[in-house]
Amino acid sequence: MFLEVENINVYYGAIHALQGISFHVNEGEIVTLIGANGAGKSTTLRTISGLLRSRTGSVKFKGHDITYMPAEQIVRLGISHVPEGRKIFAPLTVRENLLMGAFTRTDPAEIEASMQRVFTSFPRMRERINQLGGTLSGGEQQMLATGRGLMSRPGLILLDEPSMGLSPILVEEIFRIIQEINSQGTSILLVEQNALMALSIASRAYVIETGRIVLEGDAREVAENPQVKNAYLGV
Amino acid sequence: MQYFKKTPVTDHKPNSRLAWVGQGFLLILAIIVIIILAQNLIRSPSLFAQNVIDGLKLGFVYAMIALGYTMVYGIVKLINFAHGDVFMVGAFVSYYAVTRFSLHTWAKQIFPGMPDWLVILIGSLTVILLSMVVCVLLAVTIERVAYKPLRDAPRIAALITAIGVSFFLEFFGALGFVFSPRFIPYKQPFETMSWYINNGIYPITPGSMPPDGSITFSNIFLIIVIASIFVQLLLQFLVRRTKIGIAMRATAFDKPTARLMGINVDQVISFTFAIGAAFAGLGGVLYAIAYPSIHTQMGILPGLKAFVAAVLGGIGSLPGALVGALIMGQAEALTMGYISTPMRDAIAFTILIVVLLVKPTGIFGEPEKEKA
Repeated sequence: MFLEVENINVYYGAIHALQGISFHVNEGEIVTLIGANGAGKSTTLRTISGLLRSRTGSVKFKGHDITYMPAEQIVRLGISHVPEGRKIFAPLTVRENLLMGAFTRTDPAEIEASMQRVFTSFPRMRERINQLGGTLSGGEQQMLATGRGLMSRPGLILLDEPSMGLSPILVEEIFRIIQEINSQGTSILLVEQNALMALSIASRAYVIETGRIVLEGDAREVAENPQVKNAYLGV
Repeated sequence: MQYFKKTPVTDHKPNSRLAWVGQGFLLILAIIVIIILAQNLIRSPSLFAQNVIDGLKLGFVYAMIALGYTMVYGIVKLINFAHGDVFMVGAFVSYYAVTRFSLHTWAKQIFPGMPDWLVILIGSLTVILLSMVVCVLLAVTIERVAYKPLRDAPRIAALITAIGVSFFLEFFGALGFVFSPRFIPYKQPFETMSWYINNGIYPITPGSMPPDGSITFSNIFLIIVIASIFVQLLLQFLVRRTKIGIAMRATAFDKPTARLMGINVDQVISFTFAIGAAFAGLGGVLYAIAYPSIHTQMGILPGLKAFVAAVLGGIGSLPGALVGALIMGQAEALTMGYISTPMRDAIAFTILIVVLLVKPTGIFGEPEKEKA
């Protein structure tokens, strides 16, 4: 199994945020987690990438048990987390932000090649290369955050709300790029409030409600589910 | 914790009338100071220049210490009050290296034919390097033992711990079997030489006095200025151009996201403490050579003044540390020259109070923003 999350329980102090969540991602897939605000989607991603710890269960990636591995080592195994709210390093230039994305890599020529690949996907970043991250627009920051996430050449990329705060045209653009990244062989775990868009590009989906997975299945089936339609798709 | 985070000093906005009165008062004060200085400059330009040179000597030493304060603050938001004592340890290590182990002449023992100037050059560099290494080890140990366990604690806890570490170093160092509780005359690894400027530059020979109206300076003055500028440039290069330097800035801005990049935040923090301590060690040796009397509490005042310099320049800003330190050096030297020597410390801390009242972010500081 590529990524396997089994029975994780995560607490914020006394609050039981994730209550025994299990799911998996196969190699090459786009899997989406959908759910309301505060359901535990971001918490799940933060637990996988090592920023939070589960009290029980396990997270396994490519056969490694990463449940208790520090975040900075999990990146080296090939999981890249593009956090919610983009979290661009505002005082660093676009170039420096991208270089930090490649922090785990050493060969300057290969890093430069990856940077060129990011510029091909996001030409705007090439124009802004020496601009400070904090001066970019919201859409540009999302492009930079995604590009930065690709700089470590991950096998799996965790995308947290990539469409948040973007105009509809930019949302289309970002989702097109997500599919492009996936077609180049990177698996994607996508967390979205824009369930309609997420379900349209994902192969499988999980629905999270108050820290539990309440529904899972083929993305098309989930999209057809009357409760999902009612609660998340606004139909 | 929330309380400390949500009420940074910068949120304090004095009402406009008060600010206006304060600024008017400051303006009048500044005009008076400028008039007094101008008068003295006209009365005796050479004396004035002499004071400026003395101020530069102090200022460049403060700059080396202030870098450590400002870097550590930038990355862990901690005022490391033990920093001045690391500076003291640097001075003591060099003292024992010279007096007990004659480390400044080691090259002579191995290569007897070596010319004396080269022996002293190599020896002095070795002594300075040893002091820097000891300071680095000390600071990294302090960080691991005392500060790291408190990283997620309220900031005030770490601050009080820093004061505790500072006292520990001062009074542990004062024990008879460690350093000594007394003032010790410092033995310089090389001879100090002085020159005077009076229609040309002439060396001052021992026992003779330079003629009236000349400006004197020593080789140690030149070394301090060069070393301090070198350190500044080195640090700028490190922070702007190297991978670890960019990682330091990323870590200072957002630690969880830095970890997501694969940056080992603990190592970066240790590295920051290490660099600050190395510069403090260098400063400690040079300060002891320039003012050759050492004591376990010698780090307190230079440490605090370097801290004021860092605040004045804008804490967290590297150029700010240099500019703040040079202003502090001038303020002190001109006070000593034109008011009285005991007033120097009072002036230094008056500057701190004025900065905190008028512009708490300092010259180059930016208002602290809450991260989204």
